[in-house]
Amino acid sequence: MQNNSPMKDWLLLFGFAAVVLCLPIILEPIGANYPDLLQKFAIFGIFAIGFNILFGLTGYLSFGHAAFIGVGSYVTLWSFKLLTMNIVPAVIFAVAMAGLFAYLIGFISLRRSGIYFSILTLAFAQMSYNLAYSVLTPITNGETGLQVRSIRDSAETSLRDGDIRIIDQALGIQEVGVPITNLFGMKMSGYPGFYFCAILLIICFFIAQCITRSNFGMMLKAIKSNQNRLNYTGIHTRPYLITAFVISGMYAGLAGSLMAVTDPIAGAERMQWTASGEVVLMTILGGVGTLVGPVLGAGLIKYSEQKVSSWNEGIITDFLSFLPEPVQDFFVGVASLFVGDGWHLTLGLMFMVIVIFLPGGLMEGFRRIGGLFSRGSKAPAASETAPQPAE
Amino acid sequence: MSIAEMTMTEDTRTEDVKTEDRGFAPGVANTVLHISDVHKSFAGLHALSDVDLEVREGETHAIIGPNGAGKSTLLNVCVGRLKPDRGAVVFDGEILTGKSPHEINQLGVARVFQTPEVFPDLSVLENVMVPALSKRDGSFKLNPFRRFGAERAIREEAESVLESVGLQAQLTAHASSMSRGDKRRLELAMGLIQHPRLLLLDEPTAGMARHDTNATIDLLKKIKEGGMTKVIIEHDMHVVFSLADRISVLAGGRIIAQGTPDEVKNNPKVKEAYLGEEQV
Repeated sequence: MQNNSPMKDWLLLFGFAAVVLCLPIILEPIGANYPDLLQKFAIFGIFAIGFNILFGLTGYLSFGHAAFIGVGSYVTLWSFKLLTMNIVPAVIFAVAMAGLFAYLIGFISLRRSGIYFSILTLAFAQMSYNLAYSVLTPITNGETGLQVRSIRDSAETSLRDGDIRIIDQALGIQEVGVPITNLFGMKMSGYPGFYFCAILLIICFFIAQCITRSNFGMMLKAIKSNQNRLNYTGIHTRPYLITAFVISGMYAGLAGSLMAVTDPIAGAERMQWTASGEVVLMTILGGVGTLVGPVLGAGLIKYSEQKVSSWNEGIITDFLSFLPEPVQDFFVGVASLFVGDGWHLTLGLMFMVIVIFLPGGLMEGFRRIGGLFSRGSKAPAASETAPQPAE
Repeated sequence: MSIAEMTMTEDTRTEDVKTEDRGFAPGVANTVLHISDVHKSFAGLHALSDVDLEVREGETHAIIGPNGAGKSTLLNVCVGRLKPDRGAVVFDGEILTGKSPHEINQLGVARVFQTPEVFPDLSVLENVMVPALSKRDGSFKLNPFRRFGAERAIREEAESVLESVGLQAQLTAHASSMSRGDKRRLELAMGLIQHPRLLLLDEPTAGMARHDTNATIDLLKKIKEGGMTKVIIEHDMHVVFSLADRISVLAGGRIIAQGTPDEVKNNPKVKEAYLGEEQV
């Protein structure tokens, strides 16, 4: 824990930035270098980094972070519909609203800790999901989802079906067909969209790094370590927890906003508890409490979601074609359960293997491998500095 | 003022309340901690009844008594862990009863626990720097861009406090890997770095070897020269008689004797209740 000198932090940041910006090249060999997937990597990376500020540092496990994704998406869409297709105000509003929303949920949920906190956040998220799905249909457009439309002809058309875009109209921006999101004229789909998300990911990583290394971050770690003792040390832990909750909620809001930026539609299913669970998996898979781990976990899960789910029996048969036919049939039969629609099985297996053998996630795996190489010169100290596993 | 009213009505010894109100009375030591008429019962069991206790500025006040006498309960009432059924605890003109633990700490009351309570996942140095930051920055400060450990003054102070308790060789060790005795010393350092006006120690030497006990006694004597007021709960009579200026004896939830070590030693009630078994 003492080896995090400022110099090393800068190296980590620059290394991270370089890798993220070069992702289209790096991921070419595994066929993941198309913008849609790259955007997902960056967006879920941001989500996981933010989630880790709460879960990794304070140990408070929230099962409701998808609610903030939803808030971010809806606010972004409304900014597109009412103000402008420029993404800057949309992203700012989305993050601010998600922060406000997180404050309300955090204020109540953080009255409890441990499993009760998790259940409270889960309850709030499911409530938000159901509200978005039914009661709040005028705002969320329910099942259909909220979409960007062309400028409405008359004031009678509901805002859900026709937009007004006050700022764009005032500036006299012409629209042909369905308008596209832009950053001062630069369209935000494809690679430009990825680079916008990537730059935000790097900024988010930097902020998370600052928080982790700061006095504030140390207090959060102390909460995880022994909250009771911290109270008797004169620290009021509640505002610290609420702040951490709001910050991670804002990260989630940003992620939700970026989902809407790269694909301007917002649906309630983004708020479902499975989405909240997914970010927990990402964080644990990558390494709870580490800086890079959650991003890796997010990348791994999104990659397998896209790739493994697109594999089918044909691909496996090709892959196993060197085996004699009866054996091949058997293996294809077994393996095909785990691909295509069954990719969740693969994810589940992967998750089990990592939690059982590498409780510190992928990052612990890397540290162990690094330890093997340096063992020749140094004592086996390397493997003992592994972080505490998640509760 | 409500505090004055409260102590006036609930306390019989009005003289002391007056000295407290005036702030300082020449010739008489200032009362720093005033426990008046505190009652606490758990499901019908009277853990504390009619407890009156004054701790004077700069003194080391030991609270002794047989097991189950209510010593730890009394300490918990002082730091806000337990709320008394009746009575009040007043520290330097502030009523502590009903305040939360962090508020009480911010007023200058630090506590060292009976079973060592440290931050197991943090390093020894970090364990001591956290209370130092709490002392300087208050109960909440949002400073996410100020690097932890970059401020030399706090770091150096933490190192020197750790040196005074003899942990200078283990600055980077994880607190979870320490022995119980070392954890106790670490916790003492965590209390000392806050320069509290009142330090409450719950059996600071329990579980320590004789050699370590003596080192702790020396350390606590050194702090005494610095003028810090201390309340010690202790089983070890060697520790009590080496350190205490005054002793209160608690038995069955009541204070049965109070005075200087010699007075207490010769008090027949105390001998009967407690010291007889201990063979001093």
